[in-house]
Amino acid sequence: MNTMIHNTIHILLALMMPPLLLGIIAKTKALFAGRVGPPLLQPYYDLVKLVQKGSVFSSTTTWVFRAGPVVGLMTAALAVLLIPLANSSAPITFTGDLILLAYLLGLGRFFTATAALDTGSSFEGMGAAREVTFACLAEPALFLGLLVLAKLSGSLQLSTMLGSSLGPHWMTAGASLALVLLSWFIVLLVENSRIPFDDPNTHLELTMIHEVMVLDHGGPAFGMILYGAALKLFVFGAMIVRLAFPLATGYPWLDWPIFVGGMLVVAVVIGVVESTIARLRLTHVPVLLVGACLLSAFGIVLLVR
Amino acid sequence: MIYLLILFPLTMAAVTFALPSNRWRPWLVPVAALGHLGLVVAVFFQPGDGAAVSGLGGWLMLDPLGKVVLGFLSVLFFLCSLYAPGYLALRSDRPNRVFCVNLLVVLAMMTLVTLSHHLGLMWVAMEATTLASAPLLYFNHNARSLEATWKYLLIGSVGIALALFGSFFLAYSSLKAGLESTLLFDQLVQVAPKLSPQWLHAAFVLLFIGYGTKMGLAPMHTWKPDAYGEAPGIVGTLLAGGVTSCAFLAILRVWQICRAGAEAGFAREIMIFMGLLSMAVAAVFMVRQRDFKRMLAYSSVEHMGILVLGVGIGGPAVYGALLHLINNGLTKGVLFLSAGNIHRAYGSKVTDDVRGAIQRVPLSGALFLAGFLAITGSPPFGPFVSEFTIVNAAVGSGQFLAAGLFLLLLGIAFIGMGATVLAVVQGNPADHTTDNDYHDSIATSAPVLLFMALVLLLGLYVPPPLESLLREAAAFLAVKR
Amino acid sequence: MVQLLDPLLIVALALNFVALGVSRIRAVINAVALQGILLGIMPLFVHPEIGLRGILLVVVTIGLKGFVIPRFLTHAMREANIQHEVKPVVNFMSSLLLGAVGTGLAVVFSYTLPLADEHTDSLLVPASLSTVWTGFLMLTTRQKAIMQVLGYLLLENGIFLFGLLLLEAMPFLVEVGVLLDLFTGVFVMGIIIYHINREFASISTEHLTELKE
Repeated sequence: MNTMIHNTIHILLALMMPPLLLGIIAKTKALFAGRVGPPLLQPYYDLVKLVQKGSVFSSTTTWVFRAGPVVGLMTAALAVLLIPLANSSAPITFTGDLILLAYLLGLGRFFTATAALDTGSSFEGMGAAREVTFACLAEPALFLGLLVLAKLSGSLQLSTMLGSSLGPHWMTAGASLALVLLSWFIVLLVENSRIPFDDPNTHLELTMIHEVMVLDHGGPAFGMILYGAALKLFVFGAMIVRLAFPLATGYPWLDWPIFVGGMLVVAVVIGVVESTIARLRLTHVPVLLVGACLLSAFGIVLLVR
Repeated sequence: MIYLLILFPLTMAAVTFALPSNRWRPWLVPVAALGHLGLVVAVFFQPGDGAAVSGLGGWLMLDPLGKVVLGFLSVLFFLCSLYAPGYLALRSDRPNRVFCVNLLVVLAMMTLVTLSHHLGLMWVAMEATTLASAPLLYFNHNARSLEATWKYLLIGSVGIALALFGSFFLAYSSLKAGLESTLLFDQLVQVAPKLSPQWLHAAFVLLFIGYGTKMGLAPMHTWKPDAYGEAPGIVGTLLAGGVTSCAFLAILRVWQICRAGAEAGFAREIMIFMGLLSMAVAAVFMVRQRDFKRMLAYSSVEHMGILVLGVGIGGPAVYGALLHLINNGLTKGVLFLSAGNIHRAYGSKVTDDVRGAIQRVPLSGALFLAGFLAITGSPPFGPFVSEFTIVNAAVGSGQFLAAGLFLLLLGIAFIGMGATVLAVVQGNPADHTTDNDYHDSIATSAPVLLFMALVLLLGLYVPPPLESLLREAAAFLAVKR
Repeated sequence: MVQLLDPLLIVALALNFVALGVSRIRAVINAVALQGILLGIMPLFVHPEIGLRGILLVVVTIGLKGFVIPRFLTHAMREANIQHEVKPVVNFMSSLLLGAVGTGLAVVFSYTLPLADEHTDSLLVPASLSTVWTGFLMLTTRQKAIMQVLGYLLLENGIFLFGLLLLEAMPFLVEVGVLLDLFTGVFVMGIIIYHINREFASISTEHLTELKE
């Protein structure tokens, strides 16, 4: 019974909340810039608008182009079902589900990049190449962090690794966990194409990375991409919230609001980071990503020392 | 009394700084040197037990080894200082305040190194000599001496930093053994058998590398050719004879702690290896060396290798190494000062331009040649005696490989150096060089003659007081084989 | 007591990598300054009953390492009008990886050095060795004179870290001597940098290559 309620809340939250995160980030950036900014619910209005539009597909594209947004949305939705939120198990959980998570996201990215290449345009190809390079370098950081959690919790299930046992571990292995947190935050920024890796608001194709990959999509397809990206942000944000605030008050009606509050905090922090740091030169991005990997690696070194 | 040895040069440095006249300032340096020499003699002949000369609660003490180095340093500096007024008069276009003041500060700091019985204080003094000698290197104020000074400072400071690291390791080794953590030399020697071996090994390696950088052992010698090549003659002598001896003393202190801790075998192998390596590197680079001042730098690297090798071989070779410290320093005085004179006469220091020195500047040329013969180990000069002692000890203790390599490398160095020196000294000077009106004068030749005389004296006859002092120091250090 | 240092040491190690990986000289100066400040407050953790001498040491260390020397270096940077280390001998990615390898080796090597009972399980020795290695790496692979000086400062920081183990037993005289000499050394190097600037219209040491065999 309890599980069913938790799962229901999990699915409802996962469906409803992601666009709100995008809205909060935009609002934070606007406040930093001294503007009023778009309303918090703007991404929802955008989604509604996009669904009502028609689609135009280029004749040079194939089924891959149409599959790209769909697969992206599907994988993100499945991924969100694997992540535990708010001190409860995820709806789908089994030993080794962390590998599935990482490669679901990888599958989504693969299809996005392939759809971009499918258009035959050089801009999209350039964006795809950059995106994939960054993803290559960011993946070890993600996995090393997962390795730290696996070692600490002694299990390979995400729900246990990011579960309530994490609280006491902060006391004993706090340094390792802090390093992993920092490293995962960098991974969040790169996977979701945020500053300092990619500027989501740039209008210049030469400087776009993620934006240029989805440049040719419009209408419902673009709505799927937007929603899928929001879901992906939600997944990474949830992982960070669980890592940073592993609170287990024992009262479900308290845990869920705490989790939601944590997600809002993460969104605000992303907004602050975007407002205060400038975008990195392209050649310096690999250095930062390798740095993130090193942070996670140190987390492990500290554990096994 | 012991404080006076350090404070006197420092006070004279302050006076030199205050004196406004560029002409009269150089004369303060020999005066201060004479005073320092007098103080040293007074301390040596102080009635009562010599080891009782101490201060600062045991941080300063004059032991037999310190006596040898201190006496030698004082004599070396005095003879150098006699050269200073003549040299600075020739370079009267440059302000010499910084130069004179730093000369005296270097003297004070070198004295402090010989007197320190606290390894931390010794380290501070070594770093101070590095810092004080850097402006001396930069006296010529041109691009080349700037490069030389930069390399000297950078590499020297890194060496000094590593030496500090080693000193920390040494202090920790006593902490690990459960004793009170200390860097006082006498206490460390006493508790040496109880010190943790791993820390002692690591400390020795770091201290050897660190102070070895200051000595100019290969492969940490890369600053030497540039620095000695660009420095004025006096500075070259002081660095090659004085500062390197202080660094050698520092290594000997650590060596002694290792010996007391029964870790001598480990340290000995390192010293023999590094000694031979330095000789080999120097010999290789001396062949076809066109710049005769850089050649002198490599010669210095070679002889630092000989010093370390001598201590590594042990037994009577330790006496030989200490005697060689003195012989090498004095002969370097001859070489650097006469090379400086030749440089001045020709306005260049490469063998393409410098030929026939014995005709152009007869006295300096002849002394340069004599110095070359001395430093490569020809009798009847001093270095022959000390090098022979070392080889003798090596063969006598069965270390035939080391002895064989030693002789071979000496031979190669002789050939390499000889080619350059003979090219400089013989032949006919090209016509345009005789336009320069520099000629050998008393001021620039007398000190060199004095140096040469001492080298010759030590080759023929080691005065009994010196001999007993050296034997005492060697006994202080002796390794029981 | 020493175990409480671990978070600070992690931050100090992270700053090593920041210094190795960025090309903006200003950023590296800030990283080294921040590391100096962290090091300055560490004595308070190592030896809580520290007394007046210790407080003085803390204040002087923070002042020198965190403010005076960085300000001096920034001044030199402005005088010479440079902002970036453009092409080091070993590029930034490789420097980062070399630094990581060195840190790993430092951790391994510090296992072979037995620590006294009150210091076991502390990150001090690995952090110290790793910072020394990072400083040495910067010294040897950077071409701008200021970057080499920063590498030397990192080297000194690493040595200071190790000195913390000896804080209770180590005489005060030497600590002050260390800091004083450090400052004097950097000061003199700074003068040289100025003269390098005047002689060569830049402070890249790739110009200092005239003296060779």
